[in-house]
Amino acid sequence: MSILVNSETRLLVQGITGGEGTFHTEQMIEYGTKVVAGVTPGKGGTKWQDKVPVFNTVEQAVRETGANTTVIFVPPAFAADAILEAIDAGIAVIVTVTEGIPVKDTIVVKEALNRSGSRMVGGNCPGVITPGQAKVGIMPGFIHQPGRCGVISRSGTLTYEAVKQLSDRGIGQSTCIGIGGDAINGSTFVDILKLFNADPDTDSVVLIGEIGGTAEEASADYIKANFAKPVVAFIAGRTAPPGRRMGHAGAIIAGGKGTAAEKIAALKTAGIHVADSPADIGATLEQVLKKGK
Amino acid sequence: MKIHEHQGKEVLRRFDVAVPRGGVAFSVDEAVKVALSLGTWPVVVKAQIHAGGRGKGGGIKLANSEAEVRELAGKMLGMNLVTHQTGPQGKMVQRLLVEERMAIARELYAGIVLDRATFRNTFMVSTEGGVEIEKVAAETPEKIVKAAIDPVAGFQPFQARKLAFALGLSGDAFKAGVKFLTGLYRAYEAVDASLAEINPLVVTKDGKVVALDAKINFDDNALFRHPDLGEMRDLSEEEPAEVEASKYDLNYVKLNGNVGCMVNGAGLAMATMDIIKLHGGEPANFLDVGGGASAETVENGFRIVLQDPNVRAILINIFGGIVRCDRVASGVIEAISKVKSNLPVVVRLEGTNADVAAKMLEESPLKFIVAHDLADAAKKAVAAVGARK
Repeated sequence: MSILVNSETRLLVQGITGGEGTFHTEQMIEYGTKVVAGVTPGKGGTKWQDKVPVFNTVEQAVRETGANTTVIFVPPAFAADAILEAIDAGIAVIVTVTEGIPVKDTIVVKEALNRSGSRMVGGNCPGVITPGQAKVGIMPGFIHQPGRCGVISRSGTLTYEAVKQLSDRGIGQSTCIGIGGDAINGSTFVDILKLFNADPDTDSVVLIGEIGGTAEEASADYIKANFAKPVVAFIAGRTAPPGRRMGHAGAIIAGGKGTAAEKIAALKTAGIHVADSPADIGATLEQVLKKGK
Repeated sequence: MKIHEHQGKEVLRRFDVAVPRGGVAFSVDEAVKVALSLGTWPVVVKAQIHAGGRGKGGGIKLANSEAEVRELAGKMLGMNLVTHQTGPQGKMVQRLLVEERMAIARELYAGIVLDRATFRNTFMVSTEGGVEIEKVAAETPEKIVKAAIDPVAGFQPFQARKLAFALGLSGDAFKAGVKFLTGLYRAYEAVDASLAEINPLVVTKDGKVVALDAKINFDDNALFRHPDLGEMRDLSEEEPAEVEASKYDLNYVKLNGNVGCMVNGAGLAMATMDIIKLHGGEPANFLDVGGGASAETVENGFRIVLQDPNVRAILINIFGGIVRCDRVASGVIEAISKVKSNLPVVVRLEGTNADVAAKMLEESPLKFIVAHDLADAAKKAVAAVGARK
């Protein structure tokens, strides 16, 4: 098994004809992901690179290709519209890579998601990969290895750093998910932890958080009450100054809240192993897994 | 994006939210002109900087005559205003807001902000105006009354009434309060604000409800929808290197250490700062050059990091991912050969062809210090600073 994406994933790419959409569609196909359709309004009836049929609407793409997952490369001004179209068409898993979606739009998207059967990961995220099965997003596939550790993160390249540390130690991954760096995420850490909890093929979890918000504290509460699998965490931004946005829209210590220290304390209180150094994420999990045996 | 108080009040005026009569002045003459146009004495002269605590720092004063306005404006314009939010270096005052003085009966608080835990905008009011709301939240949280706004239904009249009652308003002040709060939310929504804070919100002796101060921040990601608001940006309030970085779409935040960093990706950039500190160094900045890390972004990033005179060594940490490391390496070599600098440069590249990239860097005449993993990079950068002391 695994979560969210797998060999059954039939992927639609919204914004397939754009520069980023084209580049990453090539990469996803090369990894073995089944890309069944693209949507670019006005370009319906054409074929992307003579390979993938392009449709004008998501509804049509779903009807004609059986797409069950979509990845969104649509520019920020039009991204919410694209997501709402995917929800309307009943797509089960929506992965939004687009960075820079206004918060006002995301609030509406979040509400629409809550009333639907769709689940979204992102925006402003690298996507979801189940190694050896499907890559839906922009992460480098080759650093991943199939295995039994789930990875959840608010970051992109820092996730790659952690995944490489795992793979270098022979610890493969069940599914790796970047939930995104924005203030509101389609899926929260807790949403994803619930999926990992129910996944028989995930034995442990690496959680990579950062300053801003209270998603890490909520994870600590959830893990303490409901999650028996070992968890290793790292929180980025111990040295970040308050009141400044650190690249990600959601990475800001506001009104003295959302510091790395608070998050680390909450995670440790819940019995979670927190790596002090970003270079020790893999080693920390390795030690935890050895002790467990 | 932050704006000045006078700009915030202009925005509120557009939405029929009550603010004192007044206007902005960039010179003594302009200040006098605004004061005279108000036709009443005394007037309030308020220094406009992007920081709170201006009153205590001497940036808000009363003037009883044209001569006093002239004298105060002359003193304030060009003065270095130090408040608890500016840091010891202070901020130079370049513009003033001159406005009518309100006869204050009560000082209250009203604010709207996104609650990230519930994914909704939240309206907060408190009878404890004029003090920092974080302090009220920490010490007397029961004195803050909240209303969460339903994204579909919007801010409702019953919520405005609930908040106005919570503020202890009655009679005409109650009606004025409901109108004020409703208008404030309309403004917040319409301009894609990320924060609207009225502190203090005052009730005047004749029962008016008026925004004595106004702090409005905008969602940077929504500015494309509001070109008029984008023009309100005051670049002189921002760190020059940060302004320059934003021109190249780079995210740079200046810090106080001496190890300059250049990293692709915000999370990894923060983690790089953290690991420098963990190994006994102090990061000089946060700099995210974006996922791709092209020669051009590396060159621009390098120039920006070098603008900080405190920098003693530079750490470049790029997780190549889909981008090939040998391409990144040739970009780094090209960029750095263009920018003259004698500082030690530690480079860590990870991803496809990392070994080829390391060899290219080692063989380059630019004497890069090549690091092989994240911890190695941090240690070498901290050591490079130590060697130069």
